[in-house]
Amino acid sequence: MSFLEYAPAPESRAILSLKPEYGLFIDGEFRPGTGGTFETISPADESHIATVATASDEDVDAAVAAARRAFERTWSKMSGRDRGKYLFRIARLIQERSRELAVAESLDNGKPIKESRDVDIPLVAAWFFYYAGWADKLDYAGLGPNPKALGVAGQVIPWNFPLLMLAWKIAPALAAGNTVVLKPAETTPLTALLFAEILQQADLPPGVVNIVTGAGATGAAVVRHPDVDKVAFTGSTAVGREIAKAVAGTDKKVTLELGGKAANIIFEDAPIDQAVDGIVTGIFFNQGQVCCAGSRLVVQESIHDEVVERLKARLSTLRLGDPLDKNTDIGAINSLEQLNRVRELSRIGDEEGAERWTADCAIPDKGFWFAPTIFTNVQTSHRIARDEIFGPVLSVLTFRTPDEAISKANNTPYGLSAGIWTEKGSRILAVADKLRAGVVWANTFNRFDPSSPFGGYKESGYGREGGRHGLAAYLKGAA
Amino acid sequence: MSKRLTVPKTYKLFIGGKFPRSESGRSYEVVSAKGDFLANAAMASRKDARDAVSAADGAVKGWSGTTAYNRGQVLYRVAEMLEGRRAQFVDEIVQQTGVSSAVATAEVDESIDRWVWYAGWCDKFAQVAGNGNPVAGPYFNISVPEPTGVVGIVAPQDSALLGLVSTIAPALVPGNTVVVVASQRHPLSAISLSEVLATSDVPAGVVNVLTGSPAEIAPWLASHPDVHGLDLTGAGELDWIDLQMDAAQTLTRVTSPEQGPDAAAPSLARIAQFTETKTVWHPKSLV
Repeated sequence: MSFLEYAPAPESRAILSLKPEYGLFIDGEFRPGTGGTFETISPADESHIATVATASDEDVDAAVAAARRAFERTWSKMSGRDRGKYLFRIARLIQERSRELAVAESLDNGKPIKESRDVDIPLVAAWFFYYAGWADKLDYAGLGPNPKALGVAGQVIPWNFPLLMLAWKIAPALAAGNTVVLKPAETTPLTALLFAEILQQADLPPGVVNIVTGAGATGAAVVRHPDVDKVAFTGSTAVGREIAKAVAGTDKKVTLELGGKAANIIFEDAPIDQAVDGIVTGIFFNQGQVCCAGSRLVVQESIHDEVVERLKARLSTLRLGDPLDKNTDIGAINSLEQLNRVRELSRIGDEEGAERWTADCAIPDKGFWFAPTIFTNVQTSHRIARDEIFGPVLSVLTFRTPDEAISKANNTPYGLSAGIWTEKGSRILAVADKLRAGVVWANTFNRFDPSSPFGGYKESGYGREGGRHGLAAYLKGAA
Repeated sequence: MSKRLTVPKTYKLFIGGKFPRSESGRSYEVVSAKGDFLANAAMASRKDARDAVSAADGAVKGWSGTTAYNRGQVLYRVAEMLEGRRAQFVDEIVQQTGVSSAVATAEVDESIDRWVWYAGWCDKFAQVAGNGNPVAGPYFNISVPEPTGVVGIVAPQDSALLGLVSTIAPALVPGNTVVVVASQRHPLSAISLSEVLATSDVPAGVVNVLTGSPAEIAPWLASHPDVHGLDLTGAGELDWIDLQMDAAQTLTRVTSPEQGPDAAAPSLARIAQFTETKTVWHPKSLV
């Protein structure tokens, strides 16, 4: 056993008391769906976790009707102070059950337990705690006096941060006084269903939050429902376009948080050790299945070789394997479909002439896995420099002058995030000004906080989540 | 002595700081409320729209890169120039719309005052719309609004001047550049406003004005990938749902038509609608 090897330290699944089958959470209760069922599996070993209901159009109808009733009879009449108290309760219940939620998240999503335990679930609680305090302070949100809730919010979320994306959507919506119909991703419904149980423990009034599980058709039914006043979506740019078209001509307010192809720019005077860590965090956090992942490394030519060598050395120490093992750095890819996309784009990278390097690690027999991979010699025209791969694949490009770095960074239809690494403060500020991206991390990467607005420029979508700006997405001002 | 023969103006387009005729060679008759001939306005084509977008796109970097204080001064200068041409704008509104001189004067006065109101926002908007964020960690974290880029505008069609001012000015405040399709029936004030802009230190390409058929031009703006925002305030009589769907293809930020006397009323939200919030993080601890 080398000094880098550890005995397995798996988190116990025994903390979970899952039901064999989950229905839809509508009007405060679980009920069977009428659209059939599907199973959710563990991407780490393809084992069955639970059977989940598919919400049909009629089920979505019932959920929207429940949300409308709750909005009109209960939630819009409740004081901001009391809405806030419910949200504080939810935040506390999440903290109380955080270990259970972390295990469920890693089981269903495939992400390492140390990420779900140390990042996802603490942020979920923080999100509810932050917005809880806003509920009775909406006059100070910058939208003029007495801003009004929109009504029923239809929310569709992705599989990469299942419970965190739920929190990003539900916490500000409820604080602002809206009611919610939320559809979790098809491959990761588990924590949303556990969250529904938490809502029952919190005694949240029936219908304020409704959770309808299913695939794309269920999501489309939520988005297109005529009695939905607000649509919030996180996912692919292709689906985002369809949603923007679907709401054309309606009064629905929309926020879209879509894809990205972030540049992580490393100047030659960067603190190299920190930068290498930041590059690893940027693209290998959550197996690179992050819309704001630093998937394009834009490194100054003079330090290219050194950075790439150090990266390879660093990646060679990462441990890939059982997501529930506390020592695991790299977990499973969320689904076979996603794994095939990562494989396909990597194959195209080979074909287009980029040089592939893959960390030498054992791949488990079962489940969906992709070892950390770096492509060097990547040109801006390559597909792996343009398309969002959404996997643990880093494309390395080089630059000579700051202007070239900026133009390469901005040379994408996306504009979600970017990174800058340099010791020179004035350069950070100048480059940050010129990057067309909604979040710029300087000498850090992939940091999130409920008080910090997040969202894209250009085809990465519109609207912000987080902070005071995140409230504006769920309110209409008097002016 | 015989009555002096007037020298009528040729009304052309305003693209990239120049006053070209439509490349299509087309023009259309503008008539008074009573139906009398007033002028031949240029009938802008798809090519004119594309030229205007190209000019606007080229002007984004410079205009958004000026200091907010400078943008405020330039926009205030526009108000000064408008004030100097008050009589001309009043006459044109009377001629085009048939309202009384008093009503036209009120519209011009409100246009000038509204322009001043927006000019004053330039160096304050970022303070009101942005903020520092108290994140749970040793990070400096700040959010600031930035311009969306090129904004296509279908100006209110029942207004000669005020509707134009109410849609153009807020887009310019944070540093956007615009391509505006003027009122089809009352386009003369738009070209006179262009003359004001051309003599007010507004850089070439920051405002581009097209006259002609909004129904013909707007779809080219909506689907143009270099148009990043689409203000459909005056598109109520067009197939505006199709325009929104065209805009969706490149996720262009888009608004809906507004009707009535409160259409495009001055507000902070009108400035904010074509801005993007950028959040920058930096560690506070030593690296």
